[in-house]
Amino acid sequence: MTDNVSNNLAIELRNVGKWYGQFHALKDINLNVKQGERMVLCGPSGSGKSTMIRCVNRLEEYQEGEIIVDGVLLDDSVKNIAAIRSEVGMVFQQFNLFPHLRVIDNLTLGPIDVRQMPRKEAEDLAMHYLERVKIAEQAMKYPSQLSGGQQQRVAIARALCMGPKIMLFDEPTSALDPEMIKEVLDVMVSLAEEGMTMVCVTHEMAFARNVADTVVFMEDGVIIEAAPPAEFFDSPKSERTRSFLSQILTH
Amino acid sequence: MTHDPVLDRARPVRRRSPMEEKLGWFGPIYYWMSKNLFSSFWNSVVSLICIFILYKIVPFIVDWALLSSMWFAETGEDCREATGACWAVIPVKYRVMFFGVYPYEEHWRPVLAIGLYALAVAITCTHRFWRLKLLLVVWAVTLAIFLMLMWGGIFGLEFVPTTQWGGLPLTFLIFSSSMFLGMPIAIALALGRQSKMPVIRILSVFTIELTRTIPLPMILFFAAIILPLFLPQGMEIDQLLRVALGIAFYFGCFQAEVLRGGFQAVPKGQYEAADAIGLPYWKKTFKIILPQVFRITIPSVMNGVIAGFKDTTMVIIVGLFDLLTATQAVVSDPEWRRYFTEAYLFVALVYFLFTFAMSKYSQYLERLFSFGRR
Repeated sequence: MTDNVSNNLAIELRNVGKWYGQFHALKDINLNVKQGERMVLCGPSGSGKSTMIRCVNRLEEYQEGEIIVDGVLLDDSVKNIAAIRSEVGMVFQQFNLFPHLRVIDNLTLGPIDVRQMPRKEAEDLAMHYLERVKIAEQAMKYPSQLSGGQQQRVAIARALCMGPKIMLFDEPTSALDPEMIKEVLDVMVSLAEEGMTMVCVTHEMAFARNVADTVVFMEDGVIIEAAPPAEFFDSPKSERTRSFLSQILTH
Repeated sequence: MTHDPVLDRARPVRRRSPMEEKLGWFGPIYYWMSKNLFSSFWNSVVSLICIFILYKIVPFIVDWALLSSMWFAETGEDCREATGACWAVIPVKYRVMFFGVYPYEEHWRPVLAIGLYALAVAITCTHRFWRLKLLLVVWAVTLAIFLMLMWGGIFGLEFVPTTQWGGLPLTFLIFSSSMFLGMPIAIALALGRQSKMPVIRILSVFTIELTRTIPLPMILFFAAIILPLFLPQGMEIDQLLRVALGIAFYFGCFQAEVLRGGFQAVPKGQYEAADAIGLPYWKKTFKIILPQVFRITIPSVMNGVIAGFKDTTMVIIVGLFDLLTATQAVVSDPEWRRYFTEAYLFVALVYFLFTFAMSKYSQYLERLFSFGRR
């Protein structure tokens, strides 16, 4: 699945370090994500994988090194942060839909208020993406009236409405009941097939094996290993990767 | 109460006991009493005590308020014949209570002003009209006509200075201006208190903490008496406006803390989702966070609004003539002095009607803001 991966970098992390007070959360991270690349981040909880992707759209600040997203340096400049956020979509573990807005208004908010798109146009766009995630008939409902899987698909559609070049997924299926995981993964797979640049934190190893171009294993704020899925799963280099895989794959 | 077709069908039909059947028309009452009043030993004891107290009190109240009372009398002297309440004080004096020392022949003006005001309130409370621009226009027009009617001085209306305004229009004016100025102050202070900019944060905290430690009467004294001394020569702010500003500020500082609780209760993920879409600060705050803050804080905010309505009576201490003060003036009239209970009960009823309407409206808001939650 490497055909549409170009050599241009979508995300570049150079010697990135992050502290929460005394706690060293990310240690000298170097990572490149190419345009069109599908990357899966895995690792035990507390390993810094979520923190890392949250640094990419500046939900977290980092203290060392630099992050370059789509050619823009992510620093304290409000203008750069806004530019990067409008190019990067994010899907959260807890969906984080806006509970006081109907599904359709959740989707049109970004296009109307950030992109200054006329309402009619934004609604057409929203309906287009709701059909994409197979949930158009729920457009007029409030998020609380939807199932978890449906909410997560709405959240993906909401991110897509901004026309992002890069999508970040922060454990998108971890809060879902097992029977709902597939409907969300299906949407993610179809996104991947269209050539979207994706970085996913997930424990869905089948998804990693079938869809990812690169699988990255992190532990204690350090990248231990990064390799194509075949190599990562069949002949991991690091002992720690091997023990992690043996733990999650035996169940 | 709403009816759910599914639930209605599922609700079981209660089977009546043989005892109930035997009692005939008394059956349902018997059932209700045995379920609600005498369901257990202690419940029965409490019920009996309450029934005894009611037995002692109710006949007296009925006799005083209804049987032995007098509803119409020309003067206070006529009322002496009645052994019960003298409600006549109300038809005779209601205009003074409602309009204070406002010139008697001009009372149609405050009546019209209050009618207009009620219309504006009705529009403001209706969900369909919740568009900021529309409401701003409605209130600008309403306040302009309200003030024009009350003040006069144009279109051949006699000029009436604010010192002669009184009663209900004054209560309304102070209440609404303190709400409309107070809520923006509250939002600004609550946001300021959470600001990342230290100067703004410290100023907000200082303002809130200082104001909360000062009793309202002192703030009113400050607004009415001390503030004019600090104003530059030639600059004069109407006493009514100063007092309204004082109450608004006091109200705003308390509500700011209520709102802060609401801000803290909005999940962090909501801020992050808004950030991830790229919403700028003000849009994030007003479109995503504040609506949720209001939903969380409706009960406490409305609590403060109702308390604020009653706080308007404090203006008595700076000599403004609101509904309560006007009533006090009525019962200081020697002719009606002995009937202060009746006058105060009446004014209490007026306050009750307004505050009850507010608490009902608060419940309506809670339903409205439940966003499809069941």
